[in-house]
Amino acid sequence: MENILQQIGIENYIYLSTLLFCVGIFGVLYRRNAIVMFMSIEIMLNAVNLLLVAFSTYHQDATGQVFVFFSMAVAAAEVAVGLAILVAVYRNLNNIDIDNLKNLKG
Amino acid sequence: MDTNLALLLLFAPFAGFLLNVFFGKKLGKGASGTLGTLAVATSFVVTLTFFLQVINTGKPVMVDLFEWLTLANFNVNFGFQLDQLSLLWLMFVTGIGTLIHVYSISYMHDDENMHKFFAYLNLFIFFMITLVIGSNLLIMFIGWEGVGLCSYLLIGFWYKNQDYNDAAKKAFIMNRIGDLGFLIGIFIIGYLFHSLDYTTIATALSSGAEVDATWLSIAALCLFIGACGKSAQLPLYTWLPDAMAGPTPVSALIHAATMVTAGIFMVTRMNFLFNLTPDVQTVIAVVGAITSLIAAAIGLVQNDIKKVLAYSTVSQLGLMFLALGLGAYEIAVFHVITHAFFKACLFLGSGSVIHALHGEQDMRNMGGLKGVMKITYITFLISTLAISGLPPFSGFFSKDEILMTAFHQNKVLWVIGSLASIMTAFYMFRLLYLTFYKDFRGTEEQKHHLHESPGLITFPLIVLAILALVGGVISLPGNSWLNHYLAPVLAKPAHHHELDGTAYMLMGIAVVGALIGIGVAYSKYIKQSAVPAQDSEITGFAKVLYNKFYVDEIYTAIIVNPIYAIGSFFRDVTEAAFSGFIFGLGKVANMLGSEGKTLQTGSIGFYLFAFVLGICSIVVYIFLAK
Repeated sequence: MENILQQIGIENYIYLSTLLFCVGIFGVLYRRNAIVMFMSIEIMLNAVNLLLVAFSTYHQDATGQVFVFFSMAVAAAEVAVGLAILVAVYRNLNNIDIDNLKNLKG
Repeated sequence: MDTNLALLLLFAPFAGFLLNVFFGKKLGKGASGTLGTLAVATSFVVTLTFFLQVINTGKPVMVDLFEWLTLANFNVNFGFQLDQLSLLWLMFVTGIGTLIHVYSISYMHDDENMHKFFAYLNLFIFFMITLVIGSNLLIMFIGWEGVGLCSYLLIGFWYKNQDYNDAAKKAFIMNRIGDLGFLIGIFIIGYLFHSLDYTTIATALSSGAEVDATWLSIAALCLFIGACGKSAQLPLYTWLPDAMAGPTPVSALIHAATMVTAGIFMVTRMNFLFNLTPDVQTVIAVVGAITSLIAAAIGLVQNDIKKVLAYSTVSQLGLMFLALGLGAYEIAVFHVITHAFFKACLFLGSGSVIHALHGEQDMRNMGGLKGVMKITYITFLISTLAISGLPPFSGFFSKDEILMTAFHQNKVLWVIGSLASIMTAFYMFRLLYLTFYKDFRGTEEQKHHLHESPGLITFPLIVLAILALVGGVISLPGNSWLNHYLAPVLAKPAHHHELDGTAYMLMGIAVVGALIGIGVAYSKYIKQSAVPAQDSEITGFAKVLYNKFYVDEIYTAIIVNPIYAIGSFFRDVTEAAFSGFIFGLGKVANMLGSEGKTLQTGSIGFYLFAFVLGICSIVVYIFLAK
């Protein structure tokens, strides 16, 4: 395990995950298609997972990796619920453009 | 055996109460009344057996039922103490109670709620018995509160009349003031002695236990305040005259013979305590004497037949407290008993008159009833002679003993007491002359309907009149059975008055005083045929008296109105301020909400933008903070 970190430094993992996270954020902010936004959110989540795993290896502490499993399980559940909602939205509106979802206006 | 009998004694009236409450209406009027009467009669018979037993053995019957409260070093047992004092009280409570129940069967026969009336009367007897037979102050307090409740219920029995309801509330509130004093007194005694049992406290005091004299005096004073409320003494007496709103049997039973004597019972019960607090005794004597004088003075000019009797009751109770204050407990008890006889008879007699006149209570509209209502007249005359203090009627002996004691201890109190007695003789004969002599002054229709009351009403009158006539024999001067009988419950030996020249002189003065009072009444109402003026024509000092020294008005001005003022202050100012503040908070929240809801645009893109912006701000903040 240490070999991997020796070959590719920890800072590279941080750069990658930061990059992925930023991609996710911009995806969420700029795209209007709900599915794509959903994918962007998953990217952010996985950026964090990557960072967790990297630091877990760096600190020689398995807790981070265990935590990632939890986070993946939760993400899977969340995807199931989220996609179900999107399907329902699509059935009602015939599209999934978030600009059309304004019925909850205060 | 004793335990069962004591429980029967206590619970027979309670059973009567329950049956009358739940089944009274179905039973019908006659059965309901009979049931109530039998319940009390049962108690009377049991009392009689206990009474004879205690006279024979001379030993009190103690019934210990169960442990009631146990705290670290303080416990209260639920038990009964049937000794000479409580049995004496029970004798006239249940005895006169039975007679008045009999009377009520006829008197209340036209009332639609007769079963309720008997239920309340039974409940009253139950609580009165509780008050009397308890073996400690806490049980007495239960009875004390209970009789107050029944008094309230019965004063307001004709609840459709708002004045009567007000009178009931007044009685209850005035009593509550006294009850608070009594309760505080009980607390202090519990604190001082770690017990509320009469015998324990008496033993502790007689064995010379170290007790703080100041606290003891405060306790005694608090107990006396309780007695003032229940027994209608200054300054809490104003409820009793108003309590005449209740049906007449109630006035006779509760507000003349039994409940109002509870204060005297309590002071006598705690005599070992009051003996050690001479200052409080002085207070009691002075309050009693002044009450008796003021009430007698007000009684001089009242025109309502029951009001006269009510003020006379307050006045007589004042005399009893005078005796208590002078340490002559047995004499006070003696007067309680004779007073119970003649005052119950007077009230029932007045009830008989009111019954005959279909509710008329104003003496200005009476007169000439002597010929029509012979039995009522004769019994009324006997009781009037007794309360006026003429020998050989019972009132003479008891009143004379009180005045004699006062003469030996404090001449001023003796003068006050004697004045009150002379006034008593005057207003009682004024009542008698206005009601029974001369011509009838009511309407023709009333005159047409005048009749003697039925046997159920006259029978109790006759019994009570006989008792009022001969009741004095239980404590004849020089040879008193009562003093001897009560000796075991009194810490100090009874006062013994030698039948010397002074004694005879005092008796002479008392009799002459009574005769003067009667003479004045005779010359005014028989010779001059005077009839009291109409309300608007009363002037001068008589007007002050007729309006009861404006005591009610003074209380209204100095107590009721300020309390109302405080109430409206809190309502108008404090409540306005608090609700203004609370409403203000509500308005702010409301405003924030209506402004804030515009933030919720429904645009998910905007939400996400705000969300990212927030996270970025937090991250930047964390970095900058480091």
